[in-house]
Amino acid sequence: MSILERQVPGVVMTPDNIRSRKLPVVTNVLVAVAAFAVAAVVVLGTGIGNWVLAVVVGAVLYLVGLYFAAGRVEGRRAAKNRTMQALIYSACVLAILPLASVVWTLVSKGIERLDANFFSTSMNNIGARDPLGGAYHAIIGTLEQVGIATLMAVPLGVLGAIYLVEYGRGKFAGTVRFFVDVMTGIPSIVAGLFILSFWVLIVSPWFNDGQPRFSGFAASLALAVLMLPTIVRSTEEMLRLVPGPLREGSYALGVPQWKTILKVVLPTALPGIVTGVMLAVARAAGETAPVLLVAGGAAAINFDPFGGNQQSLSLFVYQQAGDASRYAPARAWTAALTLVALVLILTIAAKLLARRNKLSR
Amino acid sequence: MGDYPSRSVNATAGDLGVTPRHAQGAGYGNSPSNYNEPPLGGGGALPKKTRFSIETGFRGLSTAAGAMVLVIIVAIAVFLISKAVPALQANNASFLTELTWFPNDTEPVFGIAALAFGTVLSSIIALIVAVPIALSIALFLSHYAPRRLATPLGFVIDLLAAVPSVVFGLWGRDVFQEPVRDFSIWLNEYFGWIPLFGGEGPFGQSIMLGGLVLAIMVLPIVTSLSREVFQQTPGMNEEAALALGATRWEMIRTAVLPYGKPGVIAAVMLGLGRALGETIALALTLSIAFKINVNLIENGGNSIAANIANAFGEANETGRGALIASGLVLFVITLVVNMTARAIIYRRREFRDSAA
Repeated sequence: MSILERQVPGVVMTPDNIRSRKLPVVTNVLVAVAAFAVAAVVVLGTGIGNWVLAVVVGAVLYLVGLYFAAGRVEGRRAAKNRTMQALIYSACVLAILPLASVVWTLVSKGIERLDANFFSTSMNNIGARDPLGGAYHAIIGTLEQVGIATLMAVPLGVLGAIYLVEYGRGKFAGTVRFFVDVMTGIPSIVAGLFILSFWVLIVSPWFNDGQPRFSGFAASLALAVLMLPTIVRSTEEMLRLVPGPLREGSYALGVPQWKTILKVVLPTALPGIVTGVMLAVARAAGETAPVLLVAGGAAAINFDPFGGNQQSLSLFVYQQAGDASRYAPARAWTAALTLVALVLILTIAAKLLARRNKLSR
Repeated sequence: MGDYPSRSVNATAGDLGVTPRHAQGAGYGNSPSNYNEPPLGGGGALPKKTRFSIETGFRGLSTAAGAMVLVIIVAIAVFLISKAVPALQANNASFLTELTWFPNDTEPVFGIAALAFGTVLSSIIALIVAVPIALSIALFLSHYAPRRLATPLGFVIDLLAAVPSVVFGLWGRDVFQEPVRDFSIWLNEYFGWIPLFGGEGPFGQSIMLGGLVLAIMVLPIVTSLSREVFQQTPGMNEEAALALGATRWEMIRTAVLPYGKPGVIAAVMLGLGRALGETIALALTLSIAFKINVNLIENGGNSIAANIANAFGEANETGRGALIASGLVLFVITLVVNMTARAIIYRRREFRDSAA
């Protein structure tokens, strides 16, 4: 027996006291079972709610019970740690539920009209009692509008990012960068109202005998306004990742700056830029409000983005959702499924591309 | 045939044969470190800097593209004001305090009070629900989850952000409305004495449904931004806390949360900006009412953006102007919210690159 142990008994490190005591898993499980059992008996027995309330009350009881049980075994601080961890885990589960529900509903309700007819017909001459009708015209509209918007927003956005990274110095560049960030938060409906008051009400009468006219091109303009800040931001981030020595090597060979940017910097950053563009395209394809305000929606196929009303897939979902026909909800869900598939494929492809990108933080 | 007029006249005349594009010799060009100094070693033999070169043109072009952003923001304000003013002049009531919305009548009467109230109320509900959950998920992803779980879960959260708002609106109306109605009836039965949950019904298409759907849509933004902020906590701070014997939660409370506070505030404000401007999800889930009513569970509620989408179809010229005026108010509100959030982010430079 050592001197220390004789003088201060209980200090010697034995396997029992070398580390703090842990709450056994069995106790943890027992607390959970007891909490949910009590909750079920109380809630269902008194009839104040259904099983959802029982689960919620059970979860609360479990957290409280865990706090006290762990408090007795491990001490107050460790008990708090345990309870917070349980809270954080349950929040994650809670967040997955709506997503799972959305996905399940999309697939189960969307499958009903997922046939060839849906993708090959429009809503022209489809009355309230017709079970058929499809989204061909809406798909055409979405592709054209998003395509034209991309053609406008990408050069502008990439050039703007080049300005911010390569040329911009001082206060003006700082202001531009700040407002690019602010512009990402502009609501889509405001962009729609802007194009409505600018293009549809002021510019389009010049081409149409003084009458304002909806068009797919106006929708493209609104979508381009929404895509621009996203593209500038992501491109800027990518250009900043291009190593400085690459640029300097090019300058050392006597290549002027504009050529360095076009031939060295941009190709290096290209995969990242494409990723950003795809994410922006995915976001734009899902926008409903601006298309509603400036393209107006249509029942018939319209290939001409400059000539009159055009439909888009998201607007088709919105209009079918508000339609009184009993066949409309099925069409709305199938169109929603198509839209989500389109958007998610773009997003996932963009993310996979980003993962293969060699430039990374 | 046989003539080659495009060959330059001095092809054999001892000229260097440079095209104008390459007319810059050695020593010229922007050194990456110093842009404004004269080129080193520039003798008289070297070509002079021309007044207009491709370099200047390209620089001007990209500067113009950068300035385009400012132009667009100013243009939005200018065009919205120009279309809103005539309608506001035709208005027979105070635009800021009037509750009803009848801009299409011969004596137009409309005001934004009820709409603005509904917008703010639904956004507040969304934030109250979404922020604690979003911060929990962010902490889970950055400090609790093993890497194998964190990556796919973060990916799923990002996908949630990509789902179009019209899909959430449709889901909220067709699927989520049922449980929310049951919950509302339950709340009304047991907590009806609180004004928030009073009323006789019908329940369901209420501001609570709209707020909860908004919460789901705001969640990914707040989560991804806060996660980035939490991940940037200096490892030294975390290790110091742990070395002093802190439990994991104490480490988070003392090291991670204080460090990330400005970033979290900014993330919440960006979420608020998104919630304020959300249109279609609210247009599908709320049943229209032009009242200021704190009751959360009765049918009703409205928001500026949802009203624009709903009322646009039957609007005449004054009606359109009135909607544009309300859009102008929304624009100003979201601009202020976003600028505040970005200003917070910019003050902490280390957050700048993570601002999505």
